[in-house]
Amino acid sequence: MEPRSTSFYVLSAFFALFVLFLYGPTITIAILSFQGPGGGLTFPMQGTSLHWFRNLFEQQAVGDIWGSFSRSFVLGLMVMVSTVVLSVMGGLAFRKRFKGSSILFYLIITSLVIPSILISLGVGLIFSQSGLNVHWSTSGFGAQLTWTLPFGLLIMFAVFNRFDKSYEEAAHDLGATSWQTLRHVVLPIIGPSLIGVALFGFTLSYDEFARTLLTSGSYNTLPLEIFGMTTNVTTPVLYALGTLTTVFSLLMIGLFLCLALWSARRKARAGSDAGKGML
Amino acid sequence: MALPIMAVLVFFLVLPIIMIVTVSFWQATEFSIIPAFDLENYEFLFGSNVTYRVFFNTFKYAFITWVFTLSIGFTVAYFLAFHIRSLTWQIALFLLCTIPFWTSNIIRMISWIPFLGRNGIANSTLISWGVIEEPLDWLLFSDFAVILAFVHLYTLFMVVPIFNTMMRIDKSLIEAARDAGASGAQILWNVIIPLTKPGIMIGTIFVVTLVMGDFITVRFMSGSRSANVGRLISNDIALLAYPSASATAVVLLLTVLIVIGLMLRFVDIRKEL
Repeated sequence: MEPRSTSFYVLSAFFALFVLFLYGPTITIAILSFQGPGGGLTFPMQGTSLHWFRNLFEQQAVGDIWGSFSRSFVLGLMVMVSTVVLSVMGGLAFRKRFKGSSILFYLIITSLVIPSILISLGVGLIFSQSGLNVHWSTSGFGAQLTWTLPFGLLIMFAVFNRFDKSYEEAAHDLGATSWQTLRHVVLPIIGPSLIGVALFGFTLSYDEFARTLLTSGSYNTLPLEIFGMTTNVTTPVLYALGTLTTVFSLLMIGLFLCLALWSARRKARAGSDAGKGML
Repeated sequence: MALPIMAVLVFFLVLPIIMIVTVSFWQATEFSIIPAFDLENYEFLFGSNVTYRVFFNTFKYAFITWVFTLSIGFTVAYFLAFHIRSLTWQIALFLLCTIPFWTSNIIRMISWIPFLGRNGIANSTLISWGVIEEPLDWLLFSDFAVILAFVHLYTLFMVVPIFNTMMRIDKSLIEAARDAGASGAQILWNVIIPLTKPGIMIGTIFVVTLVMGDFITVRFMSGSRSANVGRLISNDIALLAYPSASATAVVLLLTVLIVIGLMLRFVDIRKEL
């Protein structure tokens, strides 16, 4: 190995600063959420306590946090499952050209770049003009899918671009039906990337704000509830809530990453031993 | 196989756009909206000075954010792709950069308060260093805060595609350039940057559209003192003036699509995945 150049150390320092920039503010509010009961929104700390976390568990103090959390969680799971299923189906379909494939492709790009508030406004208008009630599990769910599906599909495109079709041909030659090929050959190979799609599906839905704004109806999701709090809550209870949901997000991300690592390992272990035998 | 996805997009993307275009020609009274074919909303929009100022502001935010996210994102991606030698470390550090993307934007905005506030960390540090005597007022609730938050939230969208294209550059090209006597700067300028262009374009599309369509960051970080097009729309929505919100939304959508259309001339997205 050649020795490290000066630019390596300069760039390392730059990278460290960037990471500090990314995480510093979040760490700051995590520290401040342990503010003593008399403390305010900034330093100095007036002692340390769990006062503000306890506050979160008192229903009257801060609105319907636990209700909105459970709605966000359920909605996240719904969006996650739908994103995975629809993205795999879409990814499989896109391996061949089909009627409307380029229109669909441009729709997906549009869905990704369209300002979120347009989806919110448009879906809200459709529901109100046709006399339907907006609800997080119907209009909110659909509006969020327009944000998660493009990510899921783009990941699937990347996966199938690198997919070796000879595995499927081999399965067909051995007499497997299309379903058997999909179930026993294609899905196990793309399995680890599906965990990535699930991660995007869940977290993007769990944190989505703009597309749910006019489509969730009278029951708020957690990001809407938190945003509502920013206008009328001026105590560190806001930080305590922020810290808790960030910790929750990090746990979910950790879970997905561990799953991905585990399934990649399992695939490596249980995979084919072709070419590794005694020759 | 593609039918379900098509159905979702038709119902929750195409129909809403058609609805917005339709409603933009409707009339509004104080408590309801009436179907009509009326150009009044557009006449009002294009006749008002506020519109032009707000559109200018939107482009300003997009441009400044683009400059910062591109320079920071490119440097970070370059460091990860060319200076980190083991794949495991590359993946670990890359994940470190992407994890905040999966957490809440609202909370990441809120978390700037203790830093930028009048009695915040930035002000008290600067005062204790003797750089300033009075706390600076323009740190929080200003254009500065808005752009800082945009850069904080969206630099990832530059890092990821640029890193992705850089990882696919054949390392032997760089060796060849070095053997032919190119300096580090020449390699960067004549080999790496041209080969990274698709990634830069994809990152640019992300950042520009996210900033142009934003309304919440501007509202929160400027303390409602600055406006962009998104805020114009959300203010109209708050007043239940849906036809005028729709007209603004149509113009915003066209603007974004034109900008994207121009950028897509330089890159074939499907080839880059």
